[in-house]
Amino acid sequence: MLAKRIIPCLDVKAGRVVKGVNFVELRDAGDPIEIARRYDTQGADELIFLDITASSDDRGILFRMIEKVAEQVFIPLTVGGGVRQVADVRNLLNAGADKVSINTSAVLNPQLVADAAGRYGSQCIVVAIDAKQTSAGHWEVFTHGGRNATGLDVVAWAMRMEELGAGEILLTSMDRDGSKIGFDLQLTRAVVDAVEIPLIASGGAGNLQHLVDGIKQGGADAVLAASIFHFGEYTLTQAKQYMAKQGIEVRL
Amino acid sequence: MADIAVVDYGMGNLRSVQQSLRKVAPTASIILTSDPQEVARAGRVIFPGQGAMPDCMREMDERGLRCAVLDAAKNKPFLGICIGLQMLFEHSTEGNITGLGILRGQVVRFASHLLDQQGDKLKIPHMGWNQVHRVAKHPLWQGIAQDARFYFVHSYCVVPQEVAIVQANTDYPTPFVCAVARDNLFAVQFHPEKSQDAGLTLLKNFVAWKP
Repeated sequence: MLAKRIIPCLDVKAGRVVKGVNFVELRDAGDPIEIARRYDTQGADELIFLDITASSDDRGILFRMIEKVAEQVFIPLTVGGGVRQVADVRNLLNAGADKVSINTSAVLNPQLVADAAGRYGSQCIVVAIDAKQTSAGHWEVFTHGGRNATGLDVVAWAMRMEELGAGEILLTSMDRDGSKIGFDLQLTRAVVDAVEIPLIASGGAGNLQHLVDGIKQGGADAVLAASIFHFGEYTLTQAKQYMAKQGIEVRL
Repeated sequence: MADIAVVDYGMGNLRSVQQSLRKVAPTASIILTSDPQEVARAGRVIFPGQGAMPDCMREMDERGLRCAVLDAAKNKPFLGICIGLQMLFEHSTEGNITGLGILRGQVVRFASHLLDQQGDKLKIPHMGWNQVHRVAKHPLWQGIAQDARFYFVHSYCVVPQEVAIVQANTDYPTPFVCAVARDNLFAVQFHPEKSQDAGLTLLKNFVAWKP
């Protein structure tokens, strides 16, 4: 049976892993290559790197980092942040990424998703959606690291992205990100029910039961977590054993 | 002359294939190539593929690689990966395209709206770590546990006509063929280059394989 995935997320700034609370207050969490190797050894199913500065100066650092990780870690690597054109997708794939995550640029230019999927295949195009609740049962898409409202409805947007060729959705609840009170399960379920492509739930995981809830109640195919792993509260192995005990199929 | 040629016809990222081969065969000469003559001269050939099969067939033909691929599949250790497995068959419903026809059978899409045992809908693409259940013995499986997990990402799967070539199945939700072999040819739907220890073991076995 297909296993549900646990994906540690590494927010990278100028070659270091950082983690913020509600998209601000960054704390240093270490060297990306060292962390990637540790997670790989512990049984991470994939890794996601988000370049949260994405300034042109840091771009070279990011490429070198991806190259180094890809030499040592043989699980799928997704890289996002600052992807604006098909050439950016190509450069990240050439550096060793297996999938590229597109967020703000998908909103500014939805055709980018279609073009990138057409050129490199849906399997390597992840559309990241930052969602903020506006009223009961409604969520709005935000861009630019959560700074700009778009007026777009999250569920409708996810469906549009699937139509244009996205292979997977990375759905982050901004209300929950860094809060450690659990995923927004209602949001997760609303998007899962609307699309046929796999969904990664993100934002809010604070303990192992939250990961289970994201899958069992939210219906996610994969759960993303950063803080609970970066600061050593839990290991990936512990997380997987816990999930297995709760009857979730995992790769042990 | 290279020990291993990875056929590069411009579809997708072959860097991870190359990196994983370097890891398991540090002394071998490994090339990514779109030159038919280099493919012809190589000791072993890896035939990967990503994206849509019609695009893959077109890009392969535009580079004049068809003869070299057909020849390698008949005459030297040959490993097809993902779309590189699918292209070996006669026909795919993806864009109603004719394949290389080295193996008899079809490539078809997973049915939509399937449910798993819990009643949750099955996603397409089939993406993630799934179990590979072997039904035959082969040197490429050496050191890999029965039902080991490998990384998959695909929306179409192969339906071979000859049962004898089937090496392994995977459930999604019912069994589909995820590995085939015949003589010097081995081909898999999953990505050994992204399947951590199990995948590296399979690649290492391929590098040492003397069919």
